[in-house]
Amino acid sequence: MSDNNFKTHISVQNLNVHYGKNHILKNINIDIPDKKLTAIIGPSGCGKTTLLKSFNRLLDTSQSPMVTGKVVVNGENIFDPKVEITHLRKKMGLLSQRPYPLPMSIYDNVAYGPKIHGLRGKKNIDEIVEHYLRKASLWEEVKDRLHTPAVRLSIGQQQRLCMARGLAVEPDIILGDEPTSALDPHSTQSIEAMFNSLKENYTIIVVTHILRQARRIADYIMFMYMGELIEHGPAEQILDDPKEKMTKEYIQGIIS
Amino acid sequence: MKKLRFIEEKIFRIIMPLATSLILLSLVLIIYTIVTKGMASLSWSMITETPKGGFYMGKEGGVLNAIIGSILLACGAVLIAVIISIPIVLYMNVYQRGNTKMMNLVRLCFDVLWGIPSIVYGAFGFTIMLYFGMKTSLLAGIITVSLFILPVIIRTMDEVFKTVPKELLDASYSLGATKFETAFKVVIRYGFSGLMTAILIAFGRGIGDAASVLFTAGYSDSIPTSLNEPVATLPLAIFFQLGTPIPEVKGRAYASALILTIFIMVISIISRYITKRFNRYK
Ligand SMILES: Nc1ncnc2c1ncn2[C@@H]1O[C@H](COP(=O)(O)OP(=O)(O)O)[C@@H](O)[C@H]1O
Ligand SMILES: [Mg+2]
Repeated sequence: MSDNNFKTHISVQNLNVHYGKNHILKNINIDIPDKKLTAIIGPSGCGKTTLLKSFNRLLDTSQSPMVTGKVVVNGENIFDPKVEITHLRKKMGLLSQRPYPLPMSIYDNVAYGPKIHGLRGKKNIDEIVEHYLRKASLWEEVKDRLHTPAVRLSIGQQQRLCMARGLAVEPDIILGDEPTSALDPHSTQSIEAMFNSLKENYTIIVVTHILRQARRIADYIMFMYMGELIEHGPAEQILDDPKEKMTKEYIQGIIS
Repeated sequence: MKKLRFIEEKIFRIIMPLATSLILLSLVLIIYTIVTKGMASLSWSMITETPKGGFYMGKEGGVLNAIIGSILLACGAVLIAVIISIPIVLYMNVYQRGNTKMMNLVRLCFDVLWGIPSIVYGAFGFTIMLYFGMKTSLLAGIITVSLFILPVIIRTMDEVFKTVPKELLDASYSLGATKFETAFKVVIRYGFSGLMTAILIAFGRGIGDAASVLFTAGYSDSIPTSLNEPVATLPLAIFFQLGTPIPEVKGRAYASALILTIFIMVISIISRYITKRFNRYK
């Protein structure tokens, strides 16, 4: 993995985000590799969430964010007014910091996405629900109570449910914003294992501030600091042999 | 300094149960009054018959006209108000979610509308009726009462819908859902208990109000057969019967009050039950 000859899935070009007077993302340029797991690391407040949210255009509109530059996915700039936003978002699954199950049953949580995108027929939906609950390694735990409220699950189970729910709309990209930060060690491990197996078929971008987690799961790492992308490269290189002084200090725990 | 805090605590501990018992006492007194004064007149014919000849002189008949009238009026008004308020509340909390300043102004407007006395709604409804050449009728009453309970429904629902986490909306959007789908499939479900509570509170206010229906729904001794006929209501039945010097009729006023109170109590109990039951998806 030390070579740089990867296929690009998401190409970020001169991306700037302002919230009012605050310059949050400062001229970000990076090609994010296809079918690999890219970890975004950096101290809290450096703009990791903002970067992730600009990918599926979920920036907080109440603060009237100003966005310039491009994010090109499959040859198309996602900020182009012609882009259909629901289609864009369908192509990117999102795991947030804490799971937010929809206010419905476990079954309906998974069926929600496929149904709004037109899937009909009980048998088809049953199949989809089972398939993705298995994929999120939750099926065995919930198969007898599919029609009970999703909020009754433990936090770890809820996060896996959110994973199943996201996968069910068949995205190409999975975005995770510190998806294990609220979880117990066991659930964390199972989410990480899921990432490791999913990256054969999906491009995954995970924000994390746990360096050990980045080491366990990342193929590629980008290090951000105060809204700037300081350095990016294959995981081993960033973690073991960073070029930039700032990256080195962050990895050694001098800045955080 | 320490002493002062100690005294504060002590005084407050006395005031709290005192205030609570005062409220409970007045509730008990109200119920005691209507039960003792109305029980004697509360007969089967009271709730199954409309007024017969000489009813207002203390002869036979009942207030079925007012019972049915009140139910028709309150149900009609709640139905209209709900149909109007759901889009408003969803617009405020999904479509204009981030626009906090503007929405707080809108909320203030609804709060002002909530605070306007019902007699003013009655007078307003009456003016509108005159303009359109309408007579006192069930329809005019329904429209007036729906206007009067609209802010109640909107603000009660709004208080619940406001609490939908931004992240939950984002979760739905990130699955490719539109705002419309998110509003009707996620937000309504999340706030279903709020919707129910709003409906029941509004129903209680609508069914118990006399001033808004006085000029608009009018009064009638028979059960209306169309929307264009005037209709009796329980609060007005109480009002008119209390105004007579005849003891039997006064007794019936209290009996009517008892019926109305039981109605409202049942509604509150149902609303508590529903709120509990539908909170389970949250
Ligand atoms: N909705 C918002 N409105 C205004 N400022 C915001 C908003 N969201 C984030 N910010 C600011 O943007 C910066 C980066 O935030 P964020 O992307 O959440 O950082 P991270 O995820 O790396 O902790 C922070 O300084 C934060 O205060
Ligand atoms: Mg963050």
